[in-house]
Amino acid sequence: MITATPPVQTKKNYLNQTEGLKSWLLTHDHKRIAILYLLGVTFYFALGGIFAVLIRLELATPAGDLVESNTYNKLFTMHGVIMVFIFLVPSIPAVFGNFLIPLMIGAKDVAFPRVNLLSWYIYMLGGMFVLTVLFFGGVDTGWTFYTPFSSSYSNGYVILSGLGVFIVGFSSILTGLNFIVTIHRMRAPGMTWFRLPLFVWAHYATSMLQVLGTPVIAVTMFLLVLERGFHIGFFDPAYGGDPVLFQHMFWFYSHPAVYIMILPSMGVVTEIITTFSSKKPFGYTFIAFSSVAIAVFGFIVWGHHMFVSGQSVYAGMVFSILSYVVAIPSAIKVFNWTATMYKGSVRITTPMLYALGFIGLFTIGGLTGLFLACLGMDVHLTDSYFVIAHFHYVMVGGAIMGFLGGVHFWWPKIFGRMYDEGWSKISAIIVFTGFNLTFFPQFILGYLGMPRRYHAYPPEFQVLNVLSSAGASILGVGYLIPFCYLLWSLKYGPPAPPNPWGATGLEWQTASPPPTENFAVTPVVTQEAYTYTKEEVVHVG
Amino acid sequence: MASHAVDPHVSSTVQHHFENAEQQKDASTVGMWVFLLTEVMFFGGLFLAYFVYRQAYPAAFAAASNNTNLIIGAANTTVLICSSLTMALAVRSAAIGKSNLIVLFLVLTLVLGGTFLGVKAYEYHDKYVRHEIPGHHFDCRDEAGKACTDAAHTPLFFALYFGMTGLHATHMVVGVGIILFLIGQARKGAYSPEWHTPVELFGLYWHFVDIVWIFLFPLLYLIDRSGAPK
Repeated sequence: MITATPPVQTKKNYLNQTEGLKSWLLTHDHKRIAILYLLGVTFYFALGGIFAVLIRLELATPAGDLVESNTYNKLFTMHGVIMVFIFLVPSIPAVFGNFLIPLMIGAKDVAFPRVNLLSWYIYMLGGMFVLTVLFFGGVDTGWTFYTPFSSSYSNGYVILSGLGVFIVGFSSILTGLNFIVTIHRMRAPGMTWFRLPLFVWAHYATSMLQVLGTPVIAVTMFLLVLERGFHIGFFDPAYGGDPVLFQHMFWFYSHPAVYIMILPSMGVVTEIITTFSSKKPFGYTFIAFSSVAIAVFGFIVWGHHMFVSGQSVYAGMVFSILSYVVAIPSAIKVFNWTATMYKGSVRITTPMLYALGFIGLFTIGGLTGLFLACLGMDVHLTDSYFVIAHFHYVMVGGAIMGFLGGVHFWWPKIFGRMYDEGWSKISAIIVFTGFNLTFFPQFILGYLGMPRRYHAYPPEFQVLNVLSSAGASILGVGYLIPFCYLLWSLKYGPPAPPNPWGATGLEWQTASPPPTENFAVTPVVTQEAYTYTKEEVVHVG
Repeated sequence: MASHAVDPHVSSTVQHHFENAEQQKDASTVGMWVFLLTEVMFFGGLFLAYFVYRQAYPAAFAAASNNTNLIIGAANTTVLICSSLTMALAVRSAAIGKSNLIVLFLVLTLVLGGTFLGVKAYEYHDKYVRHEIPGHHFDCRDEAGKACTDAAHTPLFFALYFGMTGLHATHMVVGVGIILFLIGQARKGAYSPEWHTPVELFGLYWHFVDIVWIFLFPLLYLIDRSGAPK
């Protein structure tokens, strides 16, 4: 694709350029900051996962026997807060976006390296707040912090949690800001907008959401803290306020936040699909603009979370129609991925398994989203397990499949080691199986009327709940296996060539792992992205 | 930062990952504008709450806004606009390379900003004395000592008053800290006509904070004042 630097194999790379803990904690290198983030999000993913395990254990039997209802409230709240705000939102952008965007556009670093490091410290500080909440005994409001329960009645640590979300939000804002400026101003000569890898387009759209949406959740948390801590009321009717306003402000961020989680994942999947089909993505501009369209529409559909909140019926109807519109750019992506594989030379590798899994699960998650966008249907399904199943299909089946796909796709580039292909394929299949077994029964449970957020349920729901809990344990195993063989590969994996997958893209032109300055000479781009010719497919490494 | 061969054509103020000073300045400027965009959204949540509640409870808002001090508010607005002028002059001084003038105008900006904050503190104290801080002791009364119209919703106005002006004042305090830093740098002669990006970008921030006040002043002090139901 690029007439750039020949891969220079030097011993020095970003991992061993300098040594010692200080060289990591004070680094300005976007690649090292990505690793710092990887450690952070992995820790919080595991922590959030422990709460999921406890939830599924409790739900294995109809009686509320493992934990008290109050404890159960805290379990699902901590699970939600950690997974949404501290794992999913930063996961792909802060790890892979950070690592790859400068490499993909041929830059030496992001525009503001010090701000980048600052964002990690802010992230860790916000995480500490949530850990502190955990240490003191948790919070029971649900991750949505609805007022007036959160501000006036909850006996959990709402203020600390709210501040944690507030603080973590700023790390997300800074990451988004950095990416926008980097993509605008740091592209290598010849890297025009329509030569950008689609991963970069997806992150550009994501960054817009982060920059425009996150300040609103920040101010919402600020008002919540004022109301709870100082009785300066905004939302509680006792102070003259309107709780529905809180819901509007909360979802104005938290709906776009869903796209902050899924768009980067879509970017990852696009890269994986074109690479392992050795074919230009079908409809480059459509995929690029569908990312932007999802971001734009994502901002005007928040009211579909509030069909039963008492907002006006007309508002509900408008939000319902607009929510259907989001399905169009999402479907464009799914069709284009499928069309990309059509007549491509498809190779089934581990990243490809995750990408294929993503397409299937995201399609189910997306289509069930349409059930919920339908005003009348939603009244029946609101606050039921159908909703839980839907958003786990999007967030776990979508975002986490994309995250794991990305981990397996770029692992050789990031650490310069290959992992075991057999184990990784097995674990990808285990994750897919376990996931479906966990969450598909929840669609049925929800349809039958099982409400979310209860620790006990009628005995007739037990079979489906046991299936779900069994699936969760399989899913857990599927997440633990990669943890083991990936760590193993760091020491014992065979060294990775610069381009193990035969991919195009500037990140594959430099060494694995890349040198600190990314490229020995700033690359000059002369071609569109994804120019696969027969020659280049054969040329591997 | 990684060691790099120093390009003699590149000035020392250019960080290693930029090609040249122009790219660096461009990036910083775009970054500042994007940051201000996030600030617009940040304040936006409060403005939304204001519009929603003012629409819902116009009588309460009209009555409560009569309890703000128009004279002090107007004077403070003037002070803040003047500080924007001195800030603009500081940026201009940097562009023409007059370090002494940068320091002078930044100090003036600091004094004006400090005055604004001092007056604001006085207003807060006044509100405290008059029991106009929302909470258990809240008690809104007009000049004649009569309870405000729609007493159930007047606390909302004051909650918004403190939320909005408080957030604005927080931005001013951060600004004052940055001005102190800039004064220190300018005294050391760190800024030249070629490179004075920090002064210029801080100017954008300071003007933004002023513009927020330009919206807050009419919303909290002026609107409905004359037509308030007695």
